[in-house]
Amino acid sequence: MNYQTVIGLEIHAELLTASKIFCSCSTAFGSKPNTQICEVCIGLPGALPVLNEKAVRLAVTAGLALGCEITENCRFDRKNYFYPDLPKGYQISQLYLPICKNGHIEIDTDAGKKEIRIREIHMEEDAGKLIHGKDGETHIDYNRCGVPLIEIVTEPDFSSAEEAVAFLTELKKILLFTGVSDCKMEEGSLRADVNLSVKPENSEALGTRTEMKNLSSFRAVQKAIIYESERQIKELEHGNSIIQQTRRWDEDRNVSLPMRTKEEANDYKYFPEPDIPPLVLSKEYIEEIRKNIPELPSQKKERFIAEYGITEYEALVITDSPAMSEFYEKTAALSDPSQTAKWIIGEVSGMFAERGLSPEDSRLIPSDLAEIINMVTLGKISRSTGRDVLAKVLDDKVKPSEYVEENGLLLIDSADELLPLIKDVIGKNEKAVLQYKNGKENALHYLLGQIMKATKGRAKINEVRDVLKELLK
Amino acid sequence: MSSLPLMSAYELSRLIKNGELSVREVCENYIDRARRLDGSLHAFNTLCPETALADADRIQKQISDAELDSPLAGVPVSVKDNLCTSGVLTTCSSKMLADYIPPYDAFAVKKLRENGMPILGKTNMDEFAMGSTTETSCTGAVKNPWNTAKTAGGSSGGSAACVAAMLSPVSLGTDTGGSIRQPSSFCGVTGLKPTYGAVSRYGLIAFASSLDTVGTIGRDAVDCAALFSIICGHDKKDCTSAKNFRFDFNKAVSKKTEKKRIGIPEEYLTGNISPEIKSAVLNAAKILSENGMEVDTFSFPVSDYAVSAYYIISSAEASSNLARYDGIRYGFHADSDSIDSLYIRTRSEGFGAEAKRRILLGNFVLSKGYYDAYYKKAVRAKQIIADKLEEVFSRFDVILAPVYPRTAPDLGENLSPAELYTADVYTVTANLAGLPALALPCGFDGEGIPLGVQLIGRRFSEAGLFNLGRGFQLITDYHKRIPEGGRP
Repeated sequence: MNYQTVIGLEIHAELLTASKIFCSCSTAFGSKPNTQICEVCIGLPGALPVLNEKAVRLAVTAGLALGCEITENCRFDRKNYFYPDLPKGYQISQLYLPICKNGHIEIDTDAGKKEIRIREIHMEEDAGKLIHGKDGETHIDYNRCGVPLIEIVTEPDFSSAEEAVAFLTELKKILLFTGVSDCKMEEGSLRADVNLSVKPENSEALGTRTEMKNLSSFRAVQKAIIYESERQIKELEHGNSIIQQTRRWDEDRNVSLPMRTKEEANDYKYFPEPDIPPLVLSKEYIEEIRKNIPELPSQKKERFIAEYGITEYEALVITDSPAMSEFYEKTAALSDPSQTAKWIIGEVSGMFAERGLSPEDSRLIPSDLAEIINMVTLGKISRSTGRDVLAKVLDDKVKPSEYVEENGLLLIDSADELLPLIKDVIGKNEKAVLQYKNGKENALHYLLGQIMKATKGRAKINEVRDVLKELLK
Repeated sequence: MSSLPLMSAYELSRLIKNGELSVREVCENYIDRARRLDGSLHAFNTLCPETALADADRIQKQISDAELDSPLAGVPVSVKDNLCTSGVLTTCSSKMLADYIPPYDAFAVKKLRENGMPILGKTNMDEFAMGSTTETSCTGAVKNPWNTAKTAGGSSGGSAACVAAMLSPVSLGTDTGGSIRQPSSFCGVTGLKPTYGAVSRYGLIAFASSLDTVGTIGRDAVDCAALFSIICGHDKKDCTSAKNFRFDFNKAVSKKTEKKRIGIPEEYLTGNISPEIKSAVLNAAKILSENGMEVDTFSFPVSDYAVSAYYIISSAEASSNLARYDGIRYGFHADSDSIDSLYIRTRSEGFGAEAKRRILLGNFVLSKGYYDAYYKKAVRAKQIIADKLEEVFSRFDVILAPVYPRTAPDLGENLSPAELYTADVYTVTANLAGLPALALPCGFDGEGIPLGVQLIGRRFSEAGLFNLGRGFQLITDYHKRIPEGGRP
């Protein structure tokens, strides 16, 4: 029997605010444990939450960028459960009236474009982090407590790991371009849970689903989906049924392991948060945010193709991150847009990767790259010299034109300078000259090589070829 | 000065400001009284004489330099033990927080300090403000200054007893379902439960967040109003606090009493009410009517749902608010070898029976399958009651009602939870609707224990309630009597 996999995703994204969702503590990552806490975020008796307006704005931005309806009268709820990383014994979240609903993202699949529906986006506060020490003791770092999150819940619209990854890639780009989140998966600011079930191909009814948590990279999502889908099919083929449960993805062993079954699942006893009045978002407020949403990556890609005449592939690569597309546009304004795209995708990306630099790295400025590209396209230096100059800019912070000048790297473009050199080579290589005149084309290559050697590569090979042929006629 | 404790807080401040009394002298007098008399009352959980006197000297200097201009500058105050005081034990009369010292001041406490009021100590209460006799306090019950065999009421029993016995001129209490008004009436003092949102809840250790209010207790309406004028106002740290509320103290306590239309809910006089209280309340109504007020009755059948709605909502919120006491970060901690047993042991041993009863009740009404039947219905009932009162206030300016259906119970009378809960019938309505209510002394029972009446007004009509309360006190002297044992 053939089976179909049905997948839904729940994505947590940390909102890019300077302070926490209900207090003014910093959200910076990586500080010493318990140095970014106050009575509010660690839930001391009597402390009360005050909603961070910036977090609301970013949640609305995310909703609008993902084509959602914004809930004009939304509200917060308490999700009650006990866990040591949750200092109030409840998480302030949204169950009954989430801030955004009914959105969608279009993704590219092998079978063409596909729309993935977004059921809702709700706001909530992050919990702290348990640190299991070598001493066998568990320590708790509450710095992350109260960092604002949105949870984006999709409909079960995916049928493969590829689709899920394509969606996550596009979602991550959108959140990055709109400044909603920095999406650093390695710092936990983007996390995904996978809900997955399988069903016989001809069946309408959905199978029993499992939820997989702890997926900290797109690769993990991909592997977990493939593993879990195969596991469930195997179970069914052996005549077993699927148990509805939460499973944890073990990244080291590449397996999913059961965490808790539905029977053990918590009853979160949600009820409206009495400390935060209902949130009223006016139409004007929503429209004001809509107007200020930056260009989305898919729009940017289309515009780049139309405006700069670059290929779809080039546009896709260049719109991978806000930093890269901004760098591209600034450089393209000063040099040939098509060449700029090729340089960025080729030389620049390669050298950045070799040096472990991030696209945000500021040691290469658009005007420097444009200068190099312009020198190459105008025939002042060779492409290979251009590459060397770029490396020097990255490693030694040289200024491109100064460096070329000081090191005599300009191509020789005057015949006066070139002619004596060529004549000299002809005079010294009588044998090769004779061979060429007798019809041996290879001899010409040899002579060319000698001339390039004599000019230290600064001659334009096509010009030299023409002059040489002329002299040997 | 032996007559000093008999003076009102407002009068004390006046004498301090014009140099007839020093802040230290007043403070010392009250500290001395608390030391001598509190042994038999147990109104205080914690006394802080050193910091009070240090504050007194600092405040004296500010007053002498004319830097302080508040109606109660220099007057010492006591604070209920569920309001956070930086560096001073704040226990909620619970074993769970018996050692808890907050790192910050509650908004209302901060206001006391800014307005030059030395804090004498923290007053005893029912555990987490759950109870109406202070018998749920882990430190033992407060005794009524009028008769130490009687309860002082609760949950702000310590604050009311303090003021009645003149251990502190005024006191801060909290009222979630009657916790200021009921002990105020048992102790013969005046107590205000403000409009929800008029005073910030920041630093009030939450019992039921949508109902909790911080209020004032004094010997008369003027003192109550003066203290209220100090603690009210917007606080950006409490997003349920009102933004545009202004309270004009001088206008509120003006000797000119405005004419008001007063309504009495019929149901409150026909139910399970003690005849003594009924006649005291009717007598108060008669006095008001003889002094130019328009008094009539109205039908208020939805009051039948008030107690159920109140206990469902308050317990639901309490079950969540008390979840943070898990033995991990602060407070009572029972050693255990697993996280589950840490929770179970800490919470089983740290909470008293009443707190546990409410936590269980709250968890029940929020559980899957019961939420709609209980919690949701209760919220609806709350709304219906508020809407009905809105209608009532189109006919009347003020509702006059008894505070409690019976006179002060004996300590150790062992009333069942159901008996105690149903007795909150007259007080919980103001909390459910978020309305201000002022409890005033209006007589004495056969055993000489005070009886009270309450005035309930529209949202943010505190000034009107004080004006009427002051008017009542200008023509009566119930509030002027003092318990025998408390005489200076």
